[in-house]
Amino acid sequence: MTTVRFDGPACPTPLVDTERVQLGHGSGGKLSARLLKDRFLPHLGNPFLAQLSDGAVVPLGGAEAVLSTDTFVVSPLEFPGGDIGMLAVHGTVNDVAMMGARPCYLTAGFVLEEGLPLDLLERIVRSMAAAAQSVGVPLVAGDTKVVERGKADGLYINTTGLGLLDPAFRPGPARARPGDVILVSGEIGRHGMAIMAAREGLAFESAITSDTASLVPLVERLKAAAGDGIRVLRDPTRGGLASALNEIAQASKVGMRLVEDRIPIPVEVGAACEILGLDPMYVANEGVLTAIVAPDQAAAALEALRGHPIGAGARQIGVVTTDHPGYVVLETRIGGTRVVDLLPGDQLPRIC
Amino acid sequence: MKYLDEYRDGAVARGIIARIKETATRPWTLMEVCGGQTHTIVRQGLDQLLEGAVEMIHGPGCPVCVTPLEQIDKALALAARPDVIFTSFGDMLRVPGSSCDLLQVRARGGTIRVVYSPLDALELAIKNPDRQVVFFAVGFETTAPANAMAVWRARQLNVPNFSILVSHVTVPPAMTAILDAPDNRVQGFLAAGHVCAVMGWKEYEPIAAKYRVPIIVTGFEPVDILEGMLMAVTQLEQGRHEVENQYVRSVQRDGTPPAQELVRTVFRLADRQWRGIGTIPGSGLTLREEYADFDAELRFGLGDIHAEEPAECRAGEVLRGMLKPSGCSAFGTRCTPEHPLGAPMVSSEGACAAYYNYARFRSPAGPTGVPS
Repeated sequence: MTTVRFDGPACPTPLVDTERVQLGHGSGGKLSARLLKDRFLPHLGNPFLAQLSDGAVVPLGGAEAVLSTDTFVVSPLEFPGGDIGMLAVHGTVNDVAMMGARPCYLTAGFVLEEGLPLDLLERIVRSMAAAAQSVGVPLVAGDTKVVERGKADGLYINTTGLGLLDPAFRPGPARARPGDVILVSGEIGRHGMAIMAAREGLAFESAITSDTASLVPLVERLKAAAGDGIRVLRDPTRGGLASALNEIAQASKVGMRLVEDRIPIPVEVGAACEILGLDPMYVANEGVLTAIVAPDQAAAALEALRGHPIGAGARQIGVVTTDHPGYVVLETRIGGTRVVDLLPGDQLPRIC
Repeated sequence: MKYLDEYRDGAVARGIIARIKETATRPWTLMEVCGGQTHTIVRQGLDQLLEGAVEMIHGPGCPVCVTPLEQIDKALALAARPDVIFTSFGDMLRVPGSSCDLLQVRARGGTIRVVYSPLDALELAIKNPDRQVVFFAVGFETTAPANAMAVWRARQLNVPNFSILVSHVTVPPAMTAILDAPDNRVQGFLAAGHVCAVMGWKEYEPIAAKYRVPIIVTGFEPVDILEGMLMAVTQLEQGRHEVENQYVRSVQRDGTPPAQELVRTVFRLADRQWRGIGTIPGSGLTLREEYADFDAELRFGLGDIHAEEPAECRAGEVLRGMLKPSGCSAFGTRCTPEHPLGAPMVSSEGACAAYYNYARFRSPAGPTGVPS
């Protein structure tokens, strides 16, 4: 017989804050939020930056403009369904569009690594041009820098977008109200899992392709159909749908209740997440939006989304509540409930 | 997805919940051994739906949580060496050691790679002959065969720059330790299906007989776990105490003999320290002398690293099922996933993480009325 003397509880003391940047600081979760709050805002803070939204609303010659910037460091540079160039256009025009503005101009900065094949670069630039043209937003200024081999992962792109705001259409993260409905425009998790599958060399029966797309047409349709009934728009990129909804719930000081069965997850994304031990709710999207809509406009908004090919799979996934402000709660298939939280850092794959 | 969707079916699950409630004439206390099962239970709110019929207490089956602080510190020391590529399952990266975690070592310049299989680590060693590649071999019987295979292959292929840092533990000694404890409350077990897929369940039969506890070999999906609970409750109500198999699609009584044989070839039983619990005799695996060349502790002379586990958090009680995470005064305040006091708060199989992530706030069960 084995007898064990339990020597009482034992565990380490808390860790002090790390003094160096970790990959998790770029995950879009709690570490990212703290980096911004502790290291950037104390020095750079001003009323525009304090909006902490996808972009800033700035006065411009009597009108109001939206300015947004984003940097793209995706690896591999080309992936099923897209490439870094296309992503750099879509990502920034989408951020401008989520503010309710119509994107007008783009700029791009390139950091090129010594040794990058020129034909690869040209393919990416061509793809960028095609994306910009199809969105109808010209790329009007740019810059290139080259760094030594090993100092960059092939190619990084920063894009900045300028858009014009319609004063009558001002969705914002703090505008969700109890009773509003929560919509998503389509299936989630495809971009992140396409990248992950490409990186891990995973082969599935049907390849997962990125959903990268401009959301401008969806926003235009929503605006026409439901106008100011569109309270919040977000494209749940890094950190996924879960992080986006948490941020809205906190900014609006409301609760959210989602229904697990209503969340559209493609079979192949679900399978890849099972294998890798990840939760699709936290996986990045690049062609999906979530909209918080006044209840009386919900049907019109849903119909508007479904009338466009990239919004064909739109559906309601939950409601905004007065209960549990700041928390997103999911009703499970079995009938229980659980919190859907912000992640501290990157999702880490499980042991078994 | 076949083999998954049918085990996540809400209507089937609700039917089993109703049967458990009909069957139980009094509340029964069961322990699920595996942290993966803990997460399913809390994530799906099964504990909430079974209140009054079954109390689940959460067992020690989280490999990350029970890996001793000393082994984490050894991992940190190895990962910081410039000549080492340290490889690990992702789960281990955020587990706090005495001074920091692997993510912080990586930020300071350590080369740390997340792998999905120890054979990927071996591959890395073959591709980087000028670096030492160390794999952090943690886990229960589930991961032991793959880890044994990596060492066995390394010997076959003569890969001199590959080694493993071993922290392997086995389930049955932990179960008997829990049952022997004077304050034990466990009346039946859900055994971990994947452990049994390797080992079978013969070794559980003497435990069930001696301690008069039903042991149900159980899978990991909600319907699996509910079926396992129903089988355990049925036995308890009938006064039986047998080993039964719920996870029939994966497990046989003998397990997988070739995997067991491989584990026996490479590893031998040894005393092992469990984080927060203490040393349990014969509860771990260590490399046999014939394979000692691949033992990172010997190769890098790590014998001098000792760690004192300060009595700050109560993980030991949580891992033995004596304390619910939410009953700990540090839970959610001084101990969070960003500032963990102990491993159960950061591991994806840790009970504290399950409570924090899914259940630190509970909303009433029942439909919201979202139209389809």
